[in-house]
Amino acid sequence: MHFIKFLARRIGHSVFVILGLSILVFLIARVMPGDPARMALGPRAPEAVVQRFREELHLDKPIYVQYYYWLRGAVQGDFGMSLFTKRNVAHDVKEFLPATLELMVCTGIIFTVFGILLGVASARYANKWPDNVVRVFSYLGVCTPAYVFGILFLLLFGYVFNLLPTIGRLSPELEYPAHATGFITIDSIIAGDFRAFWDGLKHLIMPSVALALGPMAQEARITRSSMTENLQRDFIALERSQAIPERRIMTRYLMRISIIPTVSVLGLDFASQLGWAFLVELIFNWPGLSRYGINVMLHKDLNAIVAVIMIIGLVFLVVNIVVDIIVAGLDPRIRLGAERSK
Amino acid sequence: MARRLLHIRDLHVRFDVYGGTLKVLNGVNLHLDEGEKVGLVGETGCGKTTTAKSILRILPMPPAKITGGEILLGKDDILKMGIRQLRELHSHGISMIFQDPTASLNPVFTIGDQLTDTIRYSTVEQKLTKRETKKRAVSALSDVSLPDPVRILENYPIQLSGGMRQRICIAMALASRSRLLIADEPTTSLDVTIQAQVLKLLGRLVEEKDTSTILITHSLGVVREWTQRVYVMYAGQMVETAPTKELFHSPFHPYTKGLMKAVPKLTGEGVALGISGRIPDYLNPPTGCRFHPRCPHVMDVCRKERPPYFVAGDTHEVACFLYREK
Repeated sequence: MHFIKFLARRIGHSVFVILGLSILVFLIARVMPGDPARMALGPRAPEAVVQRFREELHLDKPIYVQYYYWLRGAVQGDFGMSLFTKRNVAHDVKEFLPATLELMVCTGIIFTVFGILLGVASARYANKWPDNVVRVFSYLGVCTPAYVFGILFLLLFGYVFNLLPTIGRLSPELEYPAHATGFITIDSIIAGDFRAFWDGLKHLIMPSVALALGPMAQEARITRSSMTENLQRDFIALERSQAIPERRIMTRYLMRISIIPTVSVLGLDFASQLGWAFLVELIFNWPGLSRYGINVMLHKDLNAIVAVIMIIGLVFLVVNIVVDIIVAGLDPRIRLGAERSK
Repeated sequence: MARRLLHIRDLHVRFDVYGGTLKVLNGVNLHLDEGEKVGLVGETGCGKTTTAKSILRILPMPPAKITGGEILLGKDDILKMGIRQLRELHSHGISMIFQDPTASLNPVFTIGDQLTDTIRYSTVEQKLTKRETKKRAVSALSDVSLPDPVRILENYPIQLSGGMRQRICIAMALASRSRLLIADEPTTSLDVTIQAQVLKLLGRLVEEKDTSTILITHSLGVVREWTQRVYVMYAGQMVETAPTKELFHSPFHPYTKGLMKAVPKLTGEGVALGISGRIPDYLNPPTGCRFHPRCPHVMDVCRKERPPYFVAGDTHEVACFLYREK
């Protein structure tokens, strides 16, 4: 019961956040200099045609009227026409979003699993050599942008050793499996095509590892510091003084409390991938939403820009709600604190 | 004569921190007979808690490191114990009540989770069923006069008051029927009105089971009421020990005298006199007697040499050069 209330309240807040975001993005997109209709039709189009196109896009109306038209379409899933691809924006998003989501999920799995493992190892062997190795790696990971890793991997594993495919999601000689989820790895399993699965997975490795290294380093650092800090707390001393086996203290009592800050950051890192992935998508020629987003921005493709940013915002909100639920499940102080303040 | 239960000899503990080594315990000596109740007093930061945690081998290491000495429980040296003996020590030998019940209960587990684990691992050989363990948990909570124990088992620490949490910690410490109880300032973090209740409860339970106790505190009133013998600790060393009555009647060490004066008396001027200065920096502790920079009777020898213990009565010892001749 509390859970449903909590969820309803969070979703209620989110509706306002998303509305606010849409107004902001809409305004910013409109005040950017340049004439989208002129850019779409090219410099040689006659002024009369451009004017008619402006009217078609409602660009001649006041901005709040434009927003109204846009919002009416958006709630029905219609984000208007892309001036760049000349297709419906919703159609473009449907095509490009799954590729990025698949990349994000794969990246997320890598940095969650390995980030926490490295952090735990680092805390377990604090100030010994495994810890030092992890810490040096963490600094490198945090301060190196993902595209640098991307280019390095491309050179190393793509050209020098020729181990992994370098571009796209699937080798050209293979056919895309029937579209069910848009995730090649999942669709190919559904279709029973294991060659495509293996090939898709190989294509995923380099871009997702390149993206994962930064957040992984972050996760490892946070897990390590939270564990070493909690290890000195009195409740660990008390548990030790009560003959509870060390292994149980570590895996149960220390773990649950130490993982809370990591989980909070995990969610943020996961959602940020969507915005940061564009250089990596560019390098690996990954047909994803981030790359699309940059392209449409360069073309001042109003409808598409707004749609891409709204999608990123939506993913952030969903991920944050999920993270809040997990953290509340782990930490009674938050769960009960929220109940009490009601 | 009662049997010797615990004997700490020349215990040294240091903390390796960023910027150097803190020599926190510098040759601590303490002993306690079976059934005896001993007080350990001194300012905050003088090493009382470190001593207690060393006895249980639960100091966080790193940064702490035990660099010398021995802690004998009966005939066994706790510092040389292996994992199995240590587990035995924790389940039946010694238990501890910590200073701050808020910090000593794990905030993300229910009281039931924590208390049943305590009971389970202190009764491993009896192989209790889940239901029996829970029954014991309930009765452990009733023993410390907590109302509605079944509901409390479901609660998380933040749902309970400080006094209730400390009662739970007492229940945990007593659940294992240990031979020695270390109570580390069990009431310092509680409201004054609750302090008396909790102390009374602890006193009753300790009396019932006749448990040997080390009571760490800086409340001299409590020491006077509770203990048979007192150790006075300063900057990682014991500076004086005596039977409680004798110590209050005739304290020898200048530091002990200062402590006594620091107690505000209801009938007196109302202003505590205290001791000027502060506890020394453990990074570069003073040479010789660690108290000499604050001592009103400081002599040349105090700056150079560490005072040995001078016997000033049957069981009254003092580490101060003022008593060299006696």
